[in-house]
Amino acid sequence: MEKQRLVRELVAIVGSKWVISNPEDLLVFEYDGSVSRGLPDVVALPSTVDEVSKIMRLAHQEGIPVVPRGSGTGLSGGSVPESGGIVLAFTRMNHILEIDPVNRLAVVEPGVVNIDLTSATSKYSLHYVPDPSSQRACTIGGNVAENAGGPHCLAYGVTTNHVLGTEVVLANGDVVWLGGKTCKPGYDLTGIIVGSEGTLGVVTKIIVRLMPDPESIETLLAIFKEMDKAASAVSAIIARGIIPAALEMMDRLTIQAVEPAIHAGYPAEAGAVLLIEVEGLKEEVAEQANDIEGICSAEGAMEVRRAKNALEKERLWAGRKNAIGAIGRLSPNYYLLDGVVPRTKLVEVMRKMADTGQRFGFQICNVFHAGDGNIHPNILFNTQVHGETQRVLQAGAEILKACVDAGGTITGEHGVGLEKREYMPWIFSDEDLEAMVRLRVAFTHGAPLNPGKIFPPRKARNE
Amino acid sequence: MAEVTKSRALLSEGLQTQGESGLYRCVNCGFCLNQCPTYIELGLETESPRGRLSLMKAMSEGRLELTKGVIGHLGLCLQCRACEAVCPSGVPFGRLMETARAGIVQHQPGSLGTRLVRSIVFQGLLPHPRRLALLATLLRFYQRSGLGWAMERTQVLRLLSPRLARMNEILPPLPGKPFSTDSRIVPSLGNKAQRKVAFFSGCVMSMIYAEVNEATLRVLSKNGCEVVVPREQVCCGALHVHSGERDIAKNMARRNIDAFMGAEIDTVVVNSAGCGALLKEYGVLLEDDPLYAHKARHFAGMVKDVTELLTPLPLEPGLGEIKKRVTYQDPCHLAHAQRISQEPRQILKSIPGIELVEMEDASLCCGAAGIYSITQSELSTRLLERKVRNIAATGVEVVVAPNPGCMLQLRLGLKRAGLNVRVAHLVELLDEAYARSTPTYPLKI
Repeated sequence: MEKQRLVRELVAIVGSKWVISNPEDLLVFEYDGSVSRGLPDVVALPSTVDEVSKIMRLAHQEGIPVVPRGSGTGLSGGSVPESGGIVLAFTRMNHILEIDPVNRLAVVEPGVVNIDLTSATSKYSLHYVPDPSSQRACTIGGNVAENAGGPHCLAYGVTTNHVLGTEVVLANGDVVWLGGKTCKPGYDLTGIIVGSEGTLGVVTKIIVRLMPDPESIETLLAIFKEMDKAASAVSAIIARGIIPAALEMMDRLTIQAVEPAIHAGYPAEAGAVLLIEVEGLKEEVAEQANDIEGICSAEGAMEVRRAKNALEKERLWAGRKNAIGAIGRLSPNYYLLDGVVPRTKLVEVMRKMADTGQRFGFQICNVFHAGDGNIHPNILFNTQVHGETQRVLQAGAEILKACVDAGGTITGEHGVGLEKREYMPWIFSDEDLEAMVRLRVAFTHGAPLNPGKIFPPRKARNE
Repeated sequence: MAEVTKSRALLSEGLQTQGESGLYRCVNCGFCLNQCPTYIELGLETESPRGRLSLMKAMSEGRLELTKGVIGHLGLCLQCRACEAVCPSGVPFGRLMETARAGIVQHQPGSLGTRLVRSIVFQGLLPHPRRLALLATLLRFYQRSGLGWAMERTQVLRLLSPRLARMNEILPPLPGKPFSTDSRIVPSLGNKAQRKVAFFSGCVMSMIYAEVNEATLRVLSKNGCEVVVPREQVCCGALHVHSGERDIAKNMARRNIDAFMGAEIDTVVVNSAGCGALLKEYGVLLEDDPLYAHKARHFAGMVKDVTELLTPLPLEPGLGEIKKRVTYQDPCHLAHAQRISQEPRQILKSIPGIELVEMEDASLCCGAAGIYSITQSELSTRLLERKVRNIAATGVEVVVAPNPGCMLQLRLGLKRAGLNVRVAHLVELLDEAYARSTPTYPLKI
């Protein structure tokens, strides 16, 4: 379809104000939070499911790629329109449609910003658990697409554990409900949609579970001279049978980036810090906090601090939640990885990683969800230096391979997107991938819905 | 092609030399999005800090020309710097946007009419205190003659020029006499002076809020300061910097530095957030001036907002009771540019009788943003209406906003909404509280 006509058709659906087609305006839709880039042909900002359905029908008829986008904070290129087409931006569909405090659920549109949901439910002493570091910016729709995690997912599970149902617009424009407020018998189709990275359908409503705020919270900061000791403290805490609400680790370089920016109170001389949070009933929390303090000391912590009030707690967390962005101070670009390793292999993989960094001549910051072995190595580089982007991708691949070799996997919460699709064969056989592609075709009938994502290009061609 | 070369040239002068390292600090994390008033209102990436930075990047890389559309996106920025305050990577957004605006002015000077108005306001008027005082007198005559009232009622002005009509509507009744910078020295009341400070009076504050400036002198004097008001000071140049007129601003900065460096002082006190933010950045503004760079850094280091100066001291006792429900609006250039938000609230809470009721989104821009309310009146009005709704929801009697731009804008919004809420500067309330319980507290200084 000729671009002019496509724009006219889209304008007829959403209005001229909400169709973006000037080249200079499209430029700001070429990125997300990752290193991937791709220019859309046109951006449409629908406000209702009906508009989404009409756009999908139009795209389906014309065979135009559709790429859904929330806030563009993703870290694997999930919302980057690699092969052009229509970007469906959900910024306007940002309404919380229902909060049901008695049944502890909410119905939201995909463009609702993650933290806005928790702010809206706080008056009922309820909150939405998955709390990615980007929660002030990222949308629930994006979280559903990527099956996002967050520090507090260690004890309570990631997005898929908190989504009860979704309204989905299929590639041909049909609108269906998968799942619902009460448990539905039959196949768990909601579970298939969550984490499908926008390749099966476009989510237009989401029913999420809300959790009651805990009676008591303790936030601890354990300071270590060396990363190894911090890692063994992590294993020791879990081995004791304690599942903290959050168990986060940051290394020396990360601390050096965070402190000048956020003043979280992490000591500059530390080799690593653990940020640990326990929550629940008052007595239980007090006991667990004491246990953790004891374990950390026994494992060689230089010091264990406790947040004395809400302000101190907020400061400790501000350091963690702003860590990735603060790394932007150390270097013009970074390549943020999202590997998973069995907790017991943490030390081993960290050593391999340091070795890779040294060989390639890159500095690597580490900030991660230590409790569930979800590591976020951050390789510092500069796209302006010729050939560096290529080398950083190689180094990243080597590190992720080390995770897989240790029995882990290539993504914990950022999704596969564009950047890790080539690594899928490391963990899945050809038959596995074929089966997934067949599932995709069952939903899309081959329509280019967020094309190029998840599967290695040759696999996708078999569709 | 000529266009590309030209816009690249302007950006290599500006963005690349001054800000490239800053520009490339942006890692697209998006944390700024929901702090940005224009993104919140419009929901478009093009009107977000991240979007604007990527437009600047694309221009500095020669991928994008400085088109009308790009100028429009950059022009819609309020320069409130809410994005800068939350940016984990430390992108100096304010400085980058100022540089981009300067580039636009060079590249696209605008129509003859626009250039004429700019030249009159930025060069002919603002740098000259006496001309400003004369203008204030003329405007006051216009108001007292009933002409201003007639203009507002008959809508004549609206037909002639919507911009003029808006200015007419914004202007509150002017004081009998503008604040005069007359080299006077105000002694410390009571005990021996604990510190010697100089007062920066500000051009808008002096013209429109002369009484707030007088109140500031009294409150400072009551709190152990000997205050000098240097005669030769001029407008700070903030409106110039935000509009891309950096060179004029540099000249004014030099004049101010000369005016203040003569006095034996340890602090320069300012009660206008917008001025304070720029005064604190004089060191950066003049960093390439070999004669002034050092002096500018020294001067900038002495600047303190009045709320900043008063909070570490325990306030001098003698504050009478003001039984009022009050809400606080964070001026952008205090909260985001100077990162001062707790101090004013602490001061308010220390006044007996005042009940501080927080409004929703207190730190979101009210839409004043210097001359934005006149140049981008549509979006400015939307932000103002949102702000007025939030103020109304608190049910307060007073809204405090220690910055002249915010005070003018809020007064306009509340008047339009027919709400009986007083707009006050923080020092006005302090001054009134002292006047209530201290018999010796002077009415004039």
